[in-house]
Amino acid sequence: MLRVLRQKVGCGASPAMIFGQALQKVLPAGSVLPRKYSSAAKEMNVREALNSALDEEMSADPKVFLMGEEVGEYQGAYKISKGLLEKYGPDRVLDTPITEAGFTGIGVGAAYYGLRPVVEFMTFNFSMQAIDHIINSAAKSNYMSAGQISVPIVFRGPNGAAAGVGAQHSQCFAAWYAHVPGLKVLTPYSAEDARGLLKAAIRDPDPVVFLENELLYGESFPVSAEVLDSSFCLPIGKAKIEREGKHVTITAYSKMVGYALQAAEILSKEGISAEIINLRSIRPLDRATINASVRKTNRLVTVEEGFPQHGVGAEICMSVVEESFEYLDAPVERIAGADVPMPYAANLERMAVPQVDDIVRAAKRACYRSVPMAAAA
Amino acid sequence: MAAAAAARRLPAASLRQHRPLLLRPFASSSGDQQPITVETSVPFTGHKIEPPSRSVETTPSELLTFFRDMSLMRRMEIAADSLYKSKLIRGFCHLYDGQEAVAVGLEASITKKDAIITAYRDHCIYLARGGNLVEAFAELMGRRAGCSKGKGGSMHFYKKESGFFGGHGIVGAQVPLGCGLAFAQKYIKEGTVTFALYGDGAANQGQLFEALNISALWDLPAILICENNHYGMGTAEWRAAKSPAYYKRGDYVPGLKVDGMDVLAVKQACKFAKEYALKNGPLILEMDTYRYHGHSMSDPGSTYRTRDEISGVRQERDPIERVRKLILSNDIASANELKNIEKEVRKEVDDAIAQAKESPMPDPSDLFTNVYVKGFGVEAFGADRKEVKAVLP
Repeated sequence: MLRVLRQKVGCGASPAMIFGQALQKVLPAGSVLPRKYSSAAKEMNVREALNSALDEEMSADPKVFLMGEEVGEYQGAYKISKGLLEKYGPDRVLDTPITEAGFTGIGVGAAYYGLRPVVEFMTFNFSMQAIDHIINSAAKSNYMSAGQISVPIVFRGPNGAAAGVGAQHSQCFAAWYAHVPGLKVLTPYSAEDARGLLKAAIRDPDPVVFLENELLYGESFPVSAEVLDSSFCLPIGKAKIEREGKHVTITAYSKMVGYALQAAEILSKEGISAEIINLRSIRPLDRATINASVRKTNRLVTVEEGFPQHGVGAEICMSVVEESFEYLDAPVERIAGADVPMPYAANLERMAVPQVDDIVRAAKRACYRSVPMAAAA
Repeated sequence: MAAAAAARRLPAASLRQHRPLLLRPFASSSGDQQPITVETSVPFTGHKIEPPSRSVETTPSELLTFFRDMSLMRRMEIAADSLYKSKLIRGFCHLYDGQEAVAVGLEASITKKDAIITAYRDHCIYLARGGNLVEAFAELMGRRAGCSKGKGGSMHFYKKESGFFGGHGIVGAQVPLGCGLAFAQKYIKEGTVTFALYGDGAANQGQLFEALNISALWDLPAILICENNHYGMGTAEWRAAKSPAYYKRGDYVPGLKVDGMDVLAVKQACKFAKEYALKNGPLILEMDTYRYHGHSMSDPGSTYRTRDEISGVRQERDPIERVRKLILSNDIASANELKNIEKEVRKEVDDAIAQAKESPMPDPSDLFTNVYVKGFGVEAFGADRKEVKAVLP
């Protein structure tokens, strides 16, 4: 057997890499490969992915600049912009005062003039201070001006729950921004998503809301040579099928993709093959991919971290009802954050955010495999 | 004296030859370019800055241009009033009559490479920036030939190629946007400036101070012009602002108070401001001006101010009358000639309205155009998505 391995090494693959790849099939995508198995297989964490994407796009186009709180000398509140000030100078990496309404308006105005700003919000919770500029000044301008004033701007930063940061610092804004025509809303999950979607966002001529996740910044993912190339770009508006399946479709975005993949592992042991769709783009929503999948599996579970009412899952459910109603063999299931402001205590916080168990349970319900409820006394 | 005047004045016919609408001064006889020095009505008041001299240089042809341009703006706004009352203009319509000197004086001091951004009282600024009269009326009436193809309306006029960035409905939002334009101008090293116009009502907005702080920190070539017409909708300035000395509100940013009804004072101040901002960063100009109409066509404008006040300003400070007096006292043209200009302007406006009325409403497919620059073939839906949908190119 070792001889076979050595032959495979001749093609350029190291034994370690083969082991690594074999391990890849067993472990859910998104979990860090154990150190001893990774070598030639390039890995990158989301932070590095975002940093490299920013670096490459700033290098390629002198009109791209970054501004936000602590993006420069502090190297980024979450170190996403590390090294960029040193490389591009203070004219292109700008530390702003803590005045979101002011600096966001300035960013949008610069985009009106033809520059390509990347405006960072330390978290999207603070974007609410600037939301008028995102929606009324950015999203609607191309329409109101009948195409005269386009706004090639990217608003990026961490979105959704972190850990223990409480109610004012934990909201998911995907549904809010995706509500608005004129905006594009992207939600990367893996390092490949982060690189490809951020590059696409910066190159896009329209305003893009780029929702990252703080807890994903440190997670590593394998990346191919193609992903590492500076011309790599992912299409906006296309979801990715992270894992193919037959029995139930599970849609998710951002951190929940990792949870959904873990759920798929657990479900597969019970004979339920789940198809996991990483939405990547909330607006435009890839209705075609979602519907094609549901037409195949006949069952759907939507997963999101944000508040349930009027959320992303509600839109996905409606899309499927409109386009693929006859294909549904069960009601659409929805897993979302709890309908409460985020609590601080660890046990309550755990209840306020979807867990892998929740996704498994919902998938089973959709497959009519859950334990029937006991009759009321 | 009359013969000399006759030699110097511009024949009415050559005035009519000059489209686009706003007359650029041209040399026919050397007399038209003969500099005249005029004193502004009141001296400038400075905040943390030495104000410019109140002696302004102008020429006969420039004064005639001012007269014509302001008369055209006045006529346009009055015509819009009638169109609104006949329900051809819908929604909001905020008229600028009374404030013409600010638009015209500003334009005279800058180039089309400089940028202007304002709020919703934007018709005359649009015209001053080289906007087309027919397109203005068509836009007000929501027609295809409108400057925003009927999609924007009164508050959303733009002319990007001549540096006019709108046309904004959210009070105060245009100021950070304007500072952003200035940021871009500095970034590209263009040597141009941005004028961000706002009212006395908007002057209290927090985002204004945020943008001013950043502009001062980063030395942006941004000039903030407060068009103080003394009323934020129905609220007088002293009821809204603890300190209505808007030219001082920049604190560490210098300011100048200007008689906004005196077009030469406006021109002088804006010229001064442009030179200053290119070297030193932001500056605030407060234009003391007045609007004859109410806040919008839904507001009679007389419940919070007296008719005496309005007519008093019209008599004492009207910007067009002031220039008329200058022209007459300097023998640049006769009263009759000026009346003829006004007649021509009236006809021009009437013709433009007639032409605009002929333009049809936008095609239904225009509901879905310009949502994005790049739509990726995504579907967009109407009220009943099974009935009406489109693909965004």
